[in-house]
Amino acid sequence: MKTEDWVSMLANGVEAIDPKRMARRHLLAITGGLLGSLALTGGILQLNPALSHVVVEPMFWVREAYCAALALLGLAAVIRLARPGIRLGFMPAGIGTVVMVMWIFAATVLLTAPAQNRSHLFFGTTAAVCPFLIALVAAPLFIAFLWFLRGLAPTRLRLAGAAAGFAAGSLGALVYSLHCPELAAPFLGTWYLLGMLIPTSLGAWLGPRLICW
Amino acid sequence: MKEERLRSLLIRGLVGDASAYRTFLSELTAHLRSFVRRRLARQPEEVEDLVQELLLAIHNQRHTYDPAQPLTAWVQAIARYKLIDLLRRRSRTNGLHDPLDDDYDLLVAADGDAAEARYDLAKLLQQLPDRQRLPILYVKIEGSSVADAAKRTGMSESAVKVGIHRGLKALAGRIRSIE
Repeated sequence: MKTEDWVSMLANGVEAIDPKRMARRHLLAITGGLLGSLALTGGILQLNPALSHVVVEPMFWVREAYCAALALLGLAAVIRLARPGIRLGFMPAGIGTVVMVMWIFAATVLLTAPAQNRSHLFFGTTAAVCPFLIALVAAPLFIAFLWFLRGLAPTRLRLAGAAAGFAAGSLGALVYSLHCPELAAPFLGTWYLLGMLIPTSLGAWLGPRLICW
Repeated sequence: MKEERLRSLLIRGLVGDASAYRTFLSELTAHLRSFVRRRLARQPEEVEDLVQELLLAIHNQRHTYDPAQPLTAWVQAIARYKLIDLLRRRSRTNGLHDPLDDDYDLLVAADGDAAEARYDLAKLLQQLPDRQRLPILYVKIEGSSVADAAKRTGMSESAVKVGIHRGLKALAGRIRSIE
């Protein structure tokens, strides 16, 4: 077929594009994913019964801010990677900075604590399950973000998949924190981060397989 | 400037101006051809196939263009992605010059030496279900209006539009799996 005719075929009867289409799909992915995560947390894991007492503690809000900041950076990275030719900007550096700040905070907490308390600050009571539960709670968000990317045109598939996993992991961690009793900085800097990295690596692996076009 | 001209044509195309959109695609074609020919120097017979695949990809993904973004960056990212995808599928990298270069040189050169692609659109269309094939046949190939196509197929107008949209995406998938 001649390319001229191919061009005519593509241009014939072309319809206007709704400029809000991408924003709508994004909103739908976040809403659907969040509802799924909340259902898993509230239904299977149960909310932390001490939640109403914990909210007055500053560390509660440090934890929420940590997860929320990473989630916002991750979501921004997903949106950028969804379109061809848009650079990632400061997202990776931003994520690195938030993690570094938490690690410095965690190191300070560990160094200033009495030696016999350090192990508890690091492992808490739920370290063995925390990363896996975060990955579980993040699963609906992860699926939703991959679906979002499938409707767009990411050109760096491994990176886009990883970003979808990281955004899901950090937003999932925020939801999971409604169940989780842990507030110590060393715990958050280790086990929460590991939980976020499970869907991130899964995304890097699945990206080239699932979101190619 | 070329970038400005093509960008404003595409932006008009995105709000439904079909003649501006046609001009955009046909002026872009020569640049795509030159881009592809430089990188597929050893497979000249495949150049026009990839040019058409790129045009289809650009058309199918046009909703991802952000009007605030340089057009060259957007088109070239798509072109590079499809080129690498093609080479990876063949795992035959001997014609690969430098598809990962980062300088946006797409609009620097043009190539008007058109050939024909080797795929047979009629045959590819045959593989699609009627609810996609007929809307594409009537609206995109015969040039009927959406309303006309709806009448002839007994489908609703929105089903015709969805059929075209999904059908062209499916077509891109078929072309991808030919090689």
